[in-house]
Amino acid sequence: MTTAISIPRTERPTLNAKRLPRSAPGIAGLTAVAAALTARGILHWTGYFTAGFTAALLYVLLLGVWSVAVEGRRRATDRIVGIVVGACLIAASIPLVMILGYIAVKGAPALSPTFLTHSMNGITGAQAGGGVYHALIGTLEQVGIAAAVALPIGILTAIYLVEFGRGAFARGVAFFVDVMNGVPSIVAGLFVFTFLLLGLGLRPFGAAGSVALVVLMLPIVIRSAEEMIRLVPHELREASDALGVPRWRTIVKVVLPTALSGLVTGSLLAISRVAGETAPLILLVGYSARINSDPLSGDQASLPVMIWDQLGKRSGDAGAFGETRAWGAALVLILLVLAVNLAARLLARLTGPRSW
Amino acid sequence: MTEMTKIVAKAPSGKQAPLGPAVGGAFPGIRALPGAGRIGDRVFRTLTAGSGALVLVTMVAIGSYLVVAAWPALHANSGNLFTTQVWRPQADPPVFGIAAIAFGTVVSSLIAVVIGVPVAVGVALGVSQYLPRRWASVLGGLIDLLAAVPSLVFGMWGLYYLIPHTRGFQQWLSTYLGWIPIFRNRTATLTGQYGQSLLMAGIVLAIMIIPIVASICREVFARTPGPTIDAALALGATRWEVIRSAVLPFGRSGIASAAMLGLGRALGETIAVALVLSSGFTINWHLTELGGDTVASTIVLKFGEAGSSPVAIAALMLAGLCLFAVTLVVNATARLIVARKVATP
Repeated sequence: MTTAISIPRTERPTLNAKRLPRSAPGIAGLTAVAAALTARGILHWTGYFTAGFTAALLYVLLLGVWSVAVEGRRRATDRIVGIVVGACLIAASIPLVMILGYIAVKGAPALSPTFLTHSMNGITGAQAGGGVYHALIGTLEQVGIAAAVALPIGILTAIYLVEFGRGAFARGVAFFVDVMNGVPSIVAGLFVFTFLLLGLGLRPFGAAGSVALVVLMLPIVIRSAEEMIRLVPHELREASDALGVPRWRTIVKVVLPTALSGLVTGSLLAISRVAGETAPLILLVGYSARINSDPLSGDQASLPVMIWDQLGKRSGDAGAFGETRAWGAALVLILLVLAVNLAARLLARLTGPRSW
Repeated sequence: MTEMTKIVAKAPSGKQAPLGPAVGGAFPGIRALPGAGRIGDRVFRTLTAGSGALVLVTMVAIGSYLVVAAWPALHANSGNLFTTQVWRPQADPPVFGIAAIAFGTVVSSLIAVVIGVPVAVGVALGVSQYLPRRWASVLGGLIDLLAAVPSLVFGMWGLYYLIPHTRGFQQWLSTYLGWIPIFRNRTATLTGQYGQSLLMAGIVLAIMIIPIVASICREVFARTPGPTIDAALALGATRWEVIRSAVLPFGRSGIASAAMLGLGRALGETIAVALVLSSGFTINWHLTELGGDTVASTIVLKFGEAGSSPVAIAALMLAGLCLFAVTLVVNATARLIVARKVATP
């Protein structure tokens, strides 16, 4: 990698170059906010969106001009890029906070012990009550089955790619793992629909959804497991090889235990990724307001499809209480997903090397 | 530990046999000792390779099953698949085409990429180059968390919170930037008449692809060679000059690949778009006007009413096949960009 690094000769930094005072960003910020608020009062802007935007622009402008005047163009550019990067960080974090906050506010009123322990059996959209129990069972079973299938296959494939994979076949597998990662969830749903439901003439059932989730989960599991297994130091394998241990025993007894915490983290993250999948489940598992704990036969509810149903997207009519229940179910779903996700991160933080 | 000693003890006791076949893997030159492990190795290798083969089989199966399932629709269709702007597969004769929904898909995804990728690159730069380690770790984790939020939840938030709160913004766009046709809304006169437009779908998609694109870019930026950065700093470069002269040139192909992956994700997004958009089957360049639909959201929304009509199901399969083909090309391109980069460092 050769990169030309060019710094204008005319503006060589000197050790005693003039710099803005440390308080400069603060002063510019306060001025910008004050000016924007004054403009808001004079021009009768409603809301704070325009004022906020104006303040941000003024801030960049003020600090930029001031910096050009005192420090020169190079430092000014540097400052402005820093502000833009900061703005990007804030812009990306705001939606997360807003989404979590909004779901919590809208969903909390619906949450109650009854909501968690009752199904929707016999409850119409116009009635209060009912709960997510049937959907919770369905989601846990469907995601559980998907994980039980996808994790072993995924980890074995990752072992193949790292430990044995040479040649065209391995390159093909690695390539298609990446491409498979981009298969839209609805396409996975259509595929399973054709071969399980149309092909074999079956009615929708819970495990059909699991098959689609396996298709979506496999590439995620393979990629993360591959990374983790690659992290295992070569010296460990060499030491084991030097002792005459067969390759497969080296993998099972040395490589996998070393990578274990990473594998668990990756698996949990993969589970949290597919647990909220909705599109394929709408096609494949049907929906039942009753508790159906048999994933192999009959319509089975799941949290995403229950939300879809309560929003009135299946029947066309949400009823007076549907929306509240939908938000409640969404809160349960997101808490479930975030719990698994955070558990994975905590595990990684406690056991593994630092990332980020 | 005891297991290992047992094997070691066994090895010298055997006769001096020729070395076994190469086990392959990390040490191609090293040959395994003959004996206990060889059958195990072969079985294990076959098992893992079989799992890998499953990936190839699945991809081929997805393509071929969709082709077979979509075939009847091609024959039954009395419209042109690529130019017809209606979706009536249950009419007699059936008439449908993906022109309008393909337009919606491409436009909303492009909006997502145009807004999402620069922000994501900024986030990746901030996390990898600006923030101190502690903060970078917290913020990076927060943005990764965004990737775990189910798309259904994104859609609900978009429909019930974001759209009602940005009606004024859309009106502002239409009023002041209306001389650019894509921002002009010809029908709405009141703030309340703005809402579920392709533009908003694109913005929701942008928020959804930011974490994916950012995490790839962050990884690429973190791999900038330390000496190059040090050299730039030694020449007195400011932080931005380091980024411009060392980090960005090094990460260019990574950014391109991440953008392609984000595009692929946006093209295939289903539920969020199905919630945010209100159905519309005409090509409409005025992006702040209501309506519009994408291929993926049409599939999930029309699935219920397709019921047991074979042609209607086949038509949706055909739409799915088109979507599959496009995302396949996009993702393969993303992968090839990176592969070429790795091949010639």
